[in-house]
Amino acid sequence: MALLETTDLHVRFELFEGMSHVLNGVNLKVERGERVAVVGESGCGKSLTARAVLGLLRHTNAQIDGSVRFDGSELLSLSERGWRSIRGRRIGMIFQDPTAALNPTFTVGDQLFKVIIRGGRARTKRRAREIAREALRHTAIADPDRVLNAYPFQLSGGLAQRVLITMALVNEPELVLADEPGSALDVTVQEQTLRLMRALGDELGAAVLIITHNLGVVREFAQRVYVMYAGSIVEEADVDTLFHAPRHPYTRALLEAVPRLTGEMLPQPIEGVVPDYTAAPVGCRFHPRCPHAQPACQEPPPVVDLGGGHRVACVLPEAAP
Amino acid sequence: MRRLFRSRAWYKFSRSWLSVAGLATILVIALVTVVAPLIAPFPEHVGIFVDFRNTEQPPGWLYFFGTDDNGRDIFTRVLYAYRVSFAVGLLVLAIAVPVGVILGLLAGYYGGLVDTVIMRTTDVFLALPPLVLAMAIMGYLQPSLFNIMLAISVMWWPWYTRLIYNLTRSLRHEGYVQAAKVSGASDLHILLKEILPNCVPSLLTKMAFDMSFVILMIAALGFVGLGMQPPTPDLGRMVAEGVRFMPFDWWMSVFPGLAILILVLAFNLFGDGLRDMLDVDV
Amino acid sequence: MGVAGFILRRSAAAIVVLVGLSILIFVVARIIPGDPARMALGSVATPEQVEKLRNRLHLDESLPIQYWEFIKGLARGDLGESLVTRRSVSLDLIDTFPATLELVLAAGLIMVLVGVPLGIIAARYRDTAVDNVARLFALLGVVTPSFVWAVFLMLLLSFVLGLLPVAGRLSEAFDPPPMVSGMYTLDALIAGQWRAFWDAIQHLILPALALALAGMGQAARLTRTNMAEVYGRQYIEMARAFAFREHEIALKYALRPAMIPTLTILGLDFAVMLGNAFLVEAVFVWPGMAKYGVFAILRKDLNAIVGTVLVIGAMFLIVNIIVDMLTAYINPQIRLGRRVA
Repeated sequence: MALLETTDLHVRFELFEGMSHVLNGVNLKVERGERVAVVGESGCGKSLTARAVLGLLRHTNAQIDGSVRFDGSELLSLSERGWRSIRGRRIGMIFQDPTAALNPTFTVGDQLFKVIIRGGRARTKRRAREIAREALRHTAIADPDRVLNAYPFQLSGGLAQRVLITMALVNEPELVLADEPGSALDVTVQEQTLRLMRALGDELGAAVLIITHNLGVVREFAQRVYVMYAGSIVEEADVDTLFHAPRHPYTRALLEAVPRLTGEMLPQPIEGVVPDYTAAPVGCRFHPRCPHAQPACQEPPPVVDLGGGHRVACVLPEAAP
Repeated sequence: MRRLFRSRAWYKFSRSWLSVAGLATILVIALVTVVAPLIAPFPEHVGIFVDFRNTEQPPGWLYFFGTDDNGRDIFTRVLYAYRVSFAVGLLVLAIAVPVGVILGLLAGYYGGLVDTVIMRTTDVFLALPPLVLAMAIMGYLQPSLFNIMLAISVMWWPWYTRLIYNLTRSLRHEGYVQAAKVSGASDLHILLKEILPNCVPSLLTKMAFDMSFVILMIAALGFVGLGMQPPTPDLGRMVAEGVRFMPFDWWMSVFPGLAILILVLAFNLFGDGLRDMLDVDV
Repeated sequence: MGVAGFILRRSAAAIVVLVGLSILIFVVARIIPGDPARMALGSVATPEQVEKLRNRLHLDESLPIQYWEFIKGLARGDLGESLVTRRSVSLDLIDTFPATLELVLAAGLIMVLVGVPLGIIAARYRDTAVDNVARLFALLGVVTPSFVWAVFLMLLLSFVLGLLPVAGRLSEAFDPPPMVSGMYTLDALIAGQWRAFWDAIQHLILPALALALAGMGQAARLTRTNMAEVYGRQYIEMARAFAFREHEIALKYALRPAMIPTLTILGLDFAVMLGNAFLVEAVFVWPGMAKYGVFAILRKDLNAIVGTVLVIGAMFLIVNIIVDMLTAYINPQIRLGRRVA
């Protein structure tokens, strides 16, 4: 049984322009201890998927259908109380921008202690402080007390990012959702963030679902990849397969858009933009931008299993690269 | 018209039916004040008029809101009093808005000494409760339509100066303003063609809300006896005079009070709708 | 920049504003057409009497000299003589000020203690029936002039239900408690006169409520707006992602950031309340400074008008400084200055 499994997950929002159908049947799976990436252009619904998994959309006007199962039990029908035994305890989340994700009017300590107490690791603030100190030292923060007593705006971006990682991991969750971790910061900090997440994740045996638009991050960090386009998974494979034998035209376009250091070829940007979700293309949502589009693409694409966990949602799975 | 009702702006405005109700109420009351002489049941009750047989009549079919101690129809007098509220409200905005906007543009755009002088002056005006200053000024002036308008305008412009000042300060560094500057546009052109149009949404929303506050203020001045003088009907004064006949002739205070409430409420709801539609903060 | 520096700067600015205010109100009082001395004495006074009064009020001097005389008096705490009561304006104000302060403080308390929680509840249960009821209630508060509230409340609570006294500060059965603060409720408490205290409270409720409702509605609306804005922030989503309880979020993690902009406006609302006290005191025959001020305005009592306006201006500035201090207290970015580490 997979640790996390979403089945035919749909998310819709009602807007003036009509119903915005953002997630269009997302199926993905994360096994225990596995590092999985969801990759796609910005605006393709990656972050929304993470939020749907953690039940954070119930405070919006989103309409959610489908199923999200975590360790065998359904999350979408969970009560607020039920969520409390999951959020922060069994699933941790790392947000993208540490300056926006920390409350500016409370000290780091106040927020971290609360995370620890709500996560059931400690009952008293005193005990929480001990745990927090230990956890911060673990993320290579030399002077935990200074950080705990500081307000978020007093910390550098890198330090704040490490605080976020600490919060996500301090309760030893089974799954960590990481939404573009560190991408709001500079490249070296991003690098550090990934290394830290990997080390700590391995240590805890936690599975990580990382969300990113950056194929470099995918290659460096993940074992398996889901490629997402306009609210649907178009291809899934292990990292090597994806980079060496991509099948979906979108995946190939995405790979060609990456600048290479060898300088053989200029990166080829993908023509067009992610569609408007209130009037999304019928059938395969990529077909208006696809160089191989054909009449059959007007129908929902079949998911073709190529073996070895490599699946692609396309009518032309065999098309030569 | 059909285009308006299909537009995105109307969609956002009408998302709350309360905004639509506010707008409808304003339109109805505006129309009623214009045609008041035609529809008022007793137009002659507006001036000096005494009918001893019908003093202090409770509300009924003949006198919707009852009569006052002179036997005058309160409904008729409320209709005519609305004319004053509307007229003064519009005139105050017609004076305070241009003055406030011009000073705000100058202070925000030029900065330095101009900024200091103008903005410190607004601080002084804003250091008093608006009503107190207006009352103090009215204390020295003869109560008349013009003077009421003047007294309220004197203390209202600083709010617009503040608003436009803050907007100008933030717009000054926008790309298109800088671009206009580099391409040699005059300051006047930049202020009127580049900056001012971007202030319009905030300005309109604030004006809608301020209509309600100005109407409140007129009523307050009337209440303490500094508004329109008898026999001209004045909502605030009607409430104040009715207090003497409490609790038995309650209608003398209650209906003029409700009349103020409804008009102020309508402008407030309309302002809420405008704010949602134009997506501004005021 | 620490808190002390911040407060010091704000206080200095307040003093500048107060000087400006004294000039403004002085100039307004002097440049307006009409002879104050003539107005004060009425049309039956002889030219000699008017001339004598003009001389005593320094009205025959140039404007700057008049202002200088005025400031010299002000420094001694002398605001001149009331043309109506024939007493020192300062003494009149000292007599009437505590009643107004008591009223405004009570109303301010209601505004904050009821308005802010109402806003929190509305924001917490946004777009539900609870929210709509709270918003409607708040809106009614805002759009109803305080004197209309006064009339409505008086009609309902005093005349129809007979719960509360109609006017005044104390029943005739009681003597005012020994003067300490001048506020009857507080003084009765200090003197241990429980029945007088209860009587004073009963007299205070209606006017304070009438005065508070507008500010209360404003406070609720503002709190709701700012809370709603904060609820859209990522740190709230983050708090939910870590199973913080909704009431903890509402009362702590969303409230504090939302109160930073709210507090400043509450200060302004308090100022509006000072103005509205002029109207409410009139309805409830509350013998405060505002009533004194209205009387002064109606009788064109120059010195009394200037005195009242200055006291209200000063009170407003003090409130603003207190608000600034509170803001600095809840906003660490002001307290600490940006980026220390």
